[in-house]
Amino acid sequence: MSSTVKTRTDPASSGERRGGRRQKGIKGNALWFWVFVGPFVIGLLVFSYLPIIWSLVLSFFEAYNTATPSKFVGLQNYVDMLTDQNFLSSLGTFTIFAVFIVPLTFVLSLALALLVNQVKIARAFFRSVFFLPTACSYVVASLIWKLSIFNGVRFGLANTILGWFGIDNIAWLSTVSPPWYWLPLVTVRLWLQLGFYMILFIAGLQRISPTLYEAAYVDGAKPGWQVFRYITLPQLRATSVAVLILNLIAAYQAFDEFYNLIGNVNYARPPLVYLYGISLGSIQDLGHGSAGALILAVIIMLVTLLQSRIFGFGKAGD
Amino acid sequence: MADAERTTGTPKPIGFTQTPLGRVGTGLRWIALFVAVVLFLLPFYLILRNALSTESDITAPTWTLFPSHLQWGNIKELFADTQVPMARALYNSAVVGILGTAGQLLLASMAGYGLARIPYRHADKIFYAIVATLMIPGAVTFIPSFIVVSSLGWVSSLRGLIIPTLFSGFAAFLFRQYFLGFPKELEEAARVDGAGYFGVFWRIVVPNSLPFFAALAAITFIGNWNSFLWPLVIGQDSSSWTIQVAMSTFITAQTINIHELFMAVAVSILPLVLIFAFLQRYLIQGVTQSGIKD
Repeated sequence: MSSTVKTRTDPASSGERRGGRRQKGIKGNALWFWVFVGPFVIGLLVFSYLPIIWSLVLSFFEAYNTATPSKFVGLQNYVDMLTDQNFLSSLGTFTIFAVFIVPLTFVLSLALALLVNQVKIARAFFRSVFFLPTACSYVVASLIWKLSIFNGVRFGLANTILGWFGIDNIAWLSTVSPPWYWLPLVTVRLWLQLGFYMILFIAGLQRISPTLYEAAYVDGAKPGWQVFRYITLPQLRATSVAVLILNLIAAYQAFDEFYNLIGNVNYARPPLVYLYGISLGSIQDLGHGSAGALILAVIIMLVTLLQSRIFGFGKAGD
Repeated sequence: MADAERTTGTPKPIGFTQTPLGRVGTGLRWIALFVAVVLFLLPFYLILRNALSTESDITAPTWTLFPSHLQWGNIKELFADTQVPMARALYNSAVVGILGTAGQLLLASMAGYGLARIPYRHADKIFYAIVATLMIPGAVTFIPSFIVVSSLGWVSSLRGLIIPTLFSGFAAFLFRQYFLGFPKELEEAARVDGAGYFGVFWRIVVPNSLPFFAALAAITFIGNWNSFLWPLVIGQDSSSWTIQVAMSTFITAQTINIHELFMAVAVSILPLVLIFAFLQRYLIQGVTQSGIKD
């Protein structure tokens, strides 16, 4: 900590040339640092670090209806969870969900961004319309989807439209084969999150220098696909990485729409709904719940790391 | 952000576009836009339609675009329904939304400022300890957090709903990055006048950062208002339900009339529509700054 830096940043240490005062100046800084940062750090210790450590400890114990470890079981909870058909199938549910939602969100939000960015009149209007659902909650959207659009009876909008073509009612949320329940599950999330990713893409598009397009024009690139393929898409690389990673993490944490649309049933239950059921349901099995949560956390972190490796995380920052 | 958008429009050569469709697709683009607008607005229309319908209008065997008549009495009915603690749930949501947002911004901005501006030997270590919490996926910590909150005896209380959500490592990180870029000259002028860290922060830095605060406040409030998993975990007693938990509970319990439920939905999105109308610029700014909604 050089004295030039100190005089520039700390007015209180004007008398620091005298040895004793200098020491006091640093102590004063430390005190003020903790005044500013301390309350936050204490909260983080209590509500972030402590829970994670406690959960790690609990995952090695048997703990029914209690947050106090009762009987040490070693790795048994982890073994149980990794061989639990319900837990494994919840990971499978997530995987199918991600396979639907990640590419669809990517393509459709990019398409919306391109459409809105090209419009010359009322651009703000279009942007607002697509962004507005982002402000709605999953509960609200699930209620509309479940009670109004994909209601399994005739007054549901989807079945009304099918009825015009003479197609019978479909029980959207409870038909397992074919798995119609994916249609409401995927569309509800698309409606809620496309506008958010569209905004990220628009911000990315606006950072592309117009001179690049002019240069491509001069070089004889064909308007349309060629320009998109060789100028726009590569320039959106950083944004694309961010969109893919955020989207995948968000998909892993799916809870609200599954819980509200389908509930805790085994044919379409993502990991969080299952963990909620076992740890806060009737038995409150916190040992297995903690082990499952930690397994899930590790999977999410590994997938995120892997994905950022593949796409190059260094560029994702801006 | 909005201004930048205006200056950097489409490149000069007309029809030389960013989209794969190019010039040929102008008509197609307008059709696509129109279809998208209808699809995106449809759910809002359904909320309005059903909130102002009678129950028999909603469940009629043939679906109609408009209800037979507008049933404004639904709103009175909703709040008069003794089975539904809707007023209480709205109050809880408002308290959680406002106090949660104010608290989170206060704590995170102070932490961010301390990290960015106060020289301290261990500042880097503290910063890394904060950033490390971002690695832990938010939603998987609900079980351990529940354990801590229940040991504190805060289950089914507003404290339990609000306090654990105040310490957002991400917000502190964003504030630190923002304050690192805050012009030092402004602060130095106040320092020369003899203000300490506290005075500089409150009288110079905060007033000059209001757009940034507004952006994060809009996002945080919406996030708090819409939050579901944590209020569901904590709200084990109906007196501590937020509006989201109340709506979710009544859909499964079937104890509410469908038109009342849709009126509840309409009421619950009202604050968000207002924020959207008045703070949209900050909201979009916040989204692009943070890249994360939660």
